[in-house]
Amino acid sequence: MSDLFEDYATAAKRSPAFDEMFGAGQMPRAEYAHVAAALGELTLADVTARADSMARTFLDRGVTFDFAGEERPFPLDLVPRIISGSDWNILERGVTQRVRALESFLDDVYNRMTVVADGVIPRRLITSSANFHREAYGFDPAGGVRVHIAGIDVVRDQAGTFRVLEDNVRVPSGVSYVIENRRAMAKGLPEAFGQQPIRPVEEYPRRLLTALRKTAPSGAEDPTVVVLTPGVFNSAYFEHTLLAGLMGVELVEGRDLICRGNRVYMRTTGGEQRVDVIYKRIDDEFLDPLQFRSDSMLGCPGIVNAARAGNVTIANAVGNGVADDKLVYSYVPDLIRYYLSEEPILPNVDTFRLEEPQAREEVLDRLDELVVKPVDGSGGKGLVIGPDATKEELEMLRAKVLQDPRGWIAQPVLQLSTVPTMSGGQFSPRHVDLRPFAINDGDDVWVLPGGLTRVALKEGSLIVNSSQGGGSKDTWVLADDAPDTQVETTGRPAVVPAPPAREQASVWPVDSNWPDNQPEQ
Amino acid sequence: MLSRIAESLFWIGRYVERADGTARILDVNLERLNQLQPDEQRLVSRQLLGIMGARPDSDDFGLGDLLNKLAYDRVSPTSIAGALGAARENARRARETVSSTLWEGLNTTWYGLSQHRKDVVGTYRFCHWVLERTAMIKGLADTTMSHDESWQFLALGRSLERADMTARMLSTQGVLSAGLSWVNMLRCAGAYESFLRTRRGASGEEQAAEFLLLDRLFPRSIVYALSDAEKALERLDPSYQRIGFINDARRIVGQARTFLEFHQPVDLLAELPEHMDRVQRACAQASDAVTRTYFAQPIDLSWVGEVS
Repeated sequence: MSDLFEDYATAAKRSPAFDEMFGAGQMPRAEYAHVAAALGELTLADVTARADSMARTFLDRGVTFDFAGEERPFPLDLVPRIISGSDWNILERGVTQRVRALESFLDDVYNRMTVVADGVIPRRLITSSANFHREAYGFDPAGGVRVHIAGIDVVRDQAGTFRVLEDNVRVPSGVSYVIENRRAMAKGLPEAFGQQPIRPVEEYPRRLLTALRKTAPSGAEDPTVVVLTPGVFNSAYFEHTLLAGLMGVELVEGRDLICRGNRVYMRTTGGEQRVDVIYKRIDDEFLDPLQFRSDSMLGCPGIVNAARAGNVTIANAVGNGVADDKLVYSYVPDLIRYYLSEEPILPNVDTFRLEEPQAREEVLDRLDELVVKPVDGSGGKGLVIGPDATKEELEMLRAKVLQDPRGWIAQPVLQLSTVPTMSGGQFSPRHVDLRPFAINDGDDVWVLPGGLTRVALKEGSLIVNSSQGGGSKDTWVLADDAPDTQVETTGRPAVVPAPPAREQASVWPVDSNWPDNQPEQ
Repeated sequence: MLSRIAESLFWIGRYVERADGTARILDVNLERLNQLQPDEQRLVSRQLLGIMGARPDSDDFGLGDLLNKLAYDRVSPTSIAGALGAARENARRARETVSSTLWEGLNTTWYGLSQHRKDVVGTYRFCHWVLERTAMIKGLADTTMSHDESWQFLALGRSLERADMTARMLSTQGVLSAGLSWVNMLRCAGAYESFLRTRRGASGEEQAAEFLLLDRLFPRSIVYALSDAEKALERLDPSYQRIGFINDARRIVGQARTFLEFHQPVDLLAELPEHMDRVQRACAQASDAVTRTYFAQPIDLSWVGEVS
């Protein structure tokens, strides 16, 4: 091991977290063997030069997120996060199961509400969710799918078990970085590729487009798909352009759309063109000023009615927010048992429901040891980590929780697993999470082999959000040791026999060297 | 394609060409400006700025202000930095339509804007760099985008702006008595060598003006640029009419070009200011007409109820 890892063992011992790269005795785990060898060859100068070049490429290519009106590159670390084939199989099945359960739940909640009638979830819980939209109640979306795209955040606890931290079934973002990170890493750490079969991520846009077209309203023969963006100032604007570009579809803003007779059209240079599927990248509240916020200029009036009439598919469906409410999250294992009659494959993180008096009392006693989160927040907004908070912050939190117990949940502080990350001229352990992405076309759920690994760049920090100083890592899923699953999920390039060499076909007229054969004149 | 995207592409074409033209004009005129007395320098600076379509914002407007106004000011659409910034912003909005290499070219150019010294010597280097970058961007647009509707909009914006810029270039000749030499004027348009080869040494002021205005084969001449614009307009709307043109832009551009082509000049140099003025106006009108035909959208959303 090179001296870049010199202090790693000492630093790793300071935290009880599970380290992804090193097992007992500071030996690299099997899945990391090739990467460890490749990194061992590098000097600090190599690593710095490569990191600089990767950062420069990102800036030039405009791989940025907007933060406070400024375009910032999303820092990518040189050390990948690697998941072995067997671990991935569990994750993949777990994510699929969860997406299916959430899909059934949403379908039920916006229709018959049998889940309430059967006493699995209290009605109050659903109706008090800020993201339960009555505007979406009582109609089946065209195409029959509500959760087209899901991002299920998972973390690895101290024992190395994957646990679900939260579900994102509204507008999960970050997949563009998965695609871009892989491209950058192929240039940044070429030594480690080729040694082992890493499952590719570039088929995501194609899968997404196929699923979106498949869920189009039944009348559409050759459905037109568009990506609806709030515009260039949105933090994920880069992702919207990348996905629209890779799918080869139009990226529209609200002002490009018009609704007439419950149909949606876009304004083009050739007049108005019918739109069948809208991949919605704006929040429900801004989608349709007739139904939601009337001051929104980002959406298009009439779009929800068009969806209600079954003339347009909106992906993800309006009102999905009720399923990723963090209080509903605590019921997801029950929902899996209720809808699928299966045991949950991926466990939740233990969660206190603060509406229950006993739990609330316990939490308020132990505020300084727990993480408290608002139920409808995303991006780490409003979250308070007890051990890191000041007394005043805790008092403020206490008051807020007492005032609105429905609005908060509490969880134990989880030591997220660590991966070596370049920092101050050395590799040191930094905490990471993982967001696998799943695409649901109504029949099958496909999980992108990989996902977004976000890393907290400050030592000991547990906050990985890009808006709060987080970076990212390329996530490699290895294709080995998974011979028992179906062919599609393994995709082992080494085992697939090479296609037979194609026979050369000759179609041009026989070359007769005609200038030589011209009769002399 | 979306009207909004078409508009972005049209303006990418215009802004990139504007940066290129402004860099050319600034480059040659800077040489002359440096040789003038301070009083004269101020006067010429003001006039030059006027030709580029901006007004001085203070009374003691000098060379330094001119450099800022035409090269580095990121807010003004007349300056090189402003034009390149606007081109990049438009590309950012149309990013899924332009090729990724074109976007990257514009993006890296934009990041490179700040890496230049803002004095006179630095400005020479800056202008040279801008010419290189814009040439690269144009080459990438031509070779990495399909020449479909989207590219036609880009080419249309580019040719209109090019005609406009050559007109402004020729106008700078009329500034003050100590005008720009014709050799420099031709160099400014990158036309010197091809002029020499075409006219074989018979080089006078008149011939040089004629070359930049009327030559049918030199790409930066006004007639050539206008006929390029006509071609793009024709491909965008290929419908054939027995009589006249429905499309305003085609009529305006066609009129300007044919007038120049068929006009028999008595004294071209004396007529030049009028020609230049007309060409610039025609370009502006054509641009407005394109906007009306292809991009304009009603600003207020009309509410249309059920039809069935």
